Amino acid sequence: MPVTSIGEYKFEPLDKRENFHGNILIYINWEKHLMFCAPVCVPLSPDMPFGALVSELLPNVYSAHPEFEKIDWDAVEWTLDHKPISPEPDQTLEDLGAHHKSLFRFTTPGLNGIGGVAS
Amino acid sequence: MAVNKKKRMGIKERYSLLTRGLGWDTTYQPEEKVYPYDKYEGIIIHDWDEWEDPFRLTMDAYWKFQAEKERKLYAVIDSFAQNNGHLGITDARYINAIKIFLTGVSPLEYAAARGFTHVGRHFGGVGARVACQMQAIDELRHVQTQLHSMSHYNKYFDGLHNRGHMHDRVWYLSVPKSFFDDAMTAGPFEFLTAISFSFEYVLTNLLFVPFMSGAAFNGDMATVTFGFSAQSDEARHMTLGLGVIKFMLEQDERNVPIVQHWIDKWFWRGYRFLSLVAMMMDYMLPKRIMSWKEAWEIYFEDAGTSLFEDLGRYGIKLPKFHDIPAKEKDRLSHEVWSIFYNYTHAAAFHTWVPNEDEMQWLDSKYPDTFNKYYRPRYDHWQAEKDAGNRFYNQTLPMLCQTCQIPMGFTEPDDPTTICFRSSEHNGETYHFCSDGCKNIFDHEPEKYVQAWLPVHQIYQGNCGGASVEDVLEWYKLNKSVDNMDYDGSPDQKLWEQWQADRAKAAS
Repeated sequence: MPVTSIGEYKFEPLDKRENFHGNILIYINWEKHLMFCAPVCVPLSPDMPFGALVSELLPNVYSAHPEFEKIDWDAVEWTLDHKPISPEPDQTLEDLGAHHKSLFRFTTPGLNGIGGVAS
Repeated sequence: MAVNKKKRMGIKERYSLLTRGLGWDTTYQPEEKVYPYDKYEGIIIHDWDEWEDPFRLTMDAYWKFQAEKERKLYAVIDSFAQNNGHLGITDARYINAIKIFLTGVSPLEYAAARGFTHVGRHFGGVGARVACQMQAIDELRHVQTQLHSMSHYNKYFDGLHNRGHMHDRVWYLSVPKSFFDDAMTAGPFEFLTAISFSFEYVLTNLLFVPFMSGAAFNGDMATVTFGFSAQSDEARHMTLGLGVIKFMLEQDERNVPIVQHWIDKWFWRGYRFLSLVAMMMDYMLPKRIMSWKEAWEIYFEDAGTSLFEDLGRYGIKLPKFHDIPAKEKDRLSHEVWSIFYNYTHAAAFHTWVPNEDEMQWLDSKYPDTFNKYYRPRYDHWQAEKDAGNRFYNQTLPMLCQTCQIPMGFTEPDDPTTICFRSSEHNGETYHFCSDGCKNIFDHEPEKYVQAWLPVHQIYQGNCGGASVEDVLEWYKLNKSVDNMDYDGSPDQKLWEQWQADRAKAAS
């Protein structure tokens, strides 16, 4: 619905892709690990290979969790914008269909957080 | 010499002259050019004279009441300062609640003064204008007296030194700031529905009562006295809130769906803002008053339900999504405390792991959830801290486009899964923490695409630089002083020194 206003009401979105210096914003969530209180937001190159996301980025984000080192990455289940994907390490984010403000969620079977209760 | 026998006017007469006699019909400009904002929202007013003045207060009576309250308040503030009242609080951790109030709530009093001044100019009805102008003066008085009451703590404790600057910049303060900006950029009728009705009438008991009783329970007489001094104003504001809703609904039935939508929206906006209060009640008061869950049950589920039963005769229903807070009440405060524990290194107050007594209290108030979901996390964090690895989340969080809170809220029916909602608008994606926030965006996307989301602004390079240090400097936070865990903070050291000095003096 349009904004009820006294005149024309048209504004540029504040977070358009071109405002991020060549990067796109990507959101990531490790399911059932709420010790990390919320999904994270990172600016990444759309050319970043998925393998680099897993091996370089995620340790910086999540290695404080005791279960992080136990992750079997071959068993991890991924979704991109809520659709299941089977990413290969050399596929780039763009190849996978990720766009500005896309959301990756990953589930680690058998690892359900501290005490097994999603912390 | 003739004696002037003119009778003194009664209060009713003086009030009517003030609110009606001072009004006039425009002659050399059309009415709609003088009041350009009071029709475009679609609210139909047939007769402004039917406006029931909520509080027949004349200017002279107003000055007299307020001056008396002011004298009492400043006498207490002076004696509080002279008697080192800060030594009488329960624990220095309490001051962190004051830090949130000063940076998150007091600036809203100022914003309210601006908002009510604006609408106090722009309503076509003179009674409504006068009521709004008086409230604007109240709000200005509130921000001043709050600053004066709390400034005593700024002499001793950290994080209280720059509330205006922080309110405009610090990430979590964008939550209250954007809340009020949203109201102020709406039309005058929506502003009153947002602030006077939804906030001051429906939800105020969940904001002021917890802070003021929290102050009383924790020995903070300065803040308690401010609370008393504001109470009679708040009663007047609540009356205005209900009055304006009933006036709109009685004027024309076509107003009902517009008002209903505003109630739906502002109930949810207010509720999300109050999640800060939920955390304050359950975690930050060394001596607790009641739990967030209990407060929600008393002040919304009981009191709110009867209010909406009363409004039912106009065709108004309980706010959309009113049942979601009932599902969230067992976890809200824990999820929000977790957010601040994660990011205390970028906050202007301290957090901590609750001690054993506090965890038992939390378990007694939240028997279905606390020990099951949250205690294991705190035990882990405590063990990590004891080993020298206090956990701080090193990556910035994803925020909700509407409420701007980190997306830490879980699915209404599953406390173990983050709630994700999203919308597309003109080819861009927007994310939300809840159906309530998504619904608000979907109704007016052009408004919320402009949201100044702190995390995105940092990544665009608009917040002083790329590192946490740069951003803290831009916030004007003192690193390792205002932020980080309470344990080891200068606040804690000072407090413990005072306790030791007192023990020495007593022995």
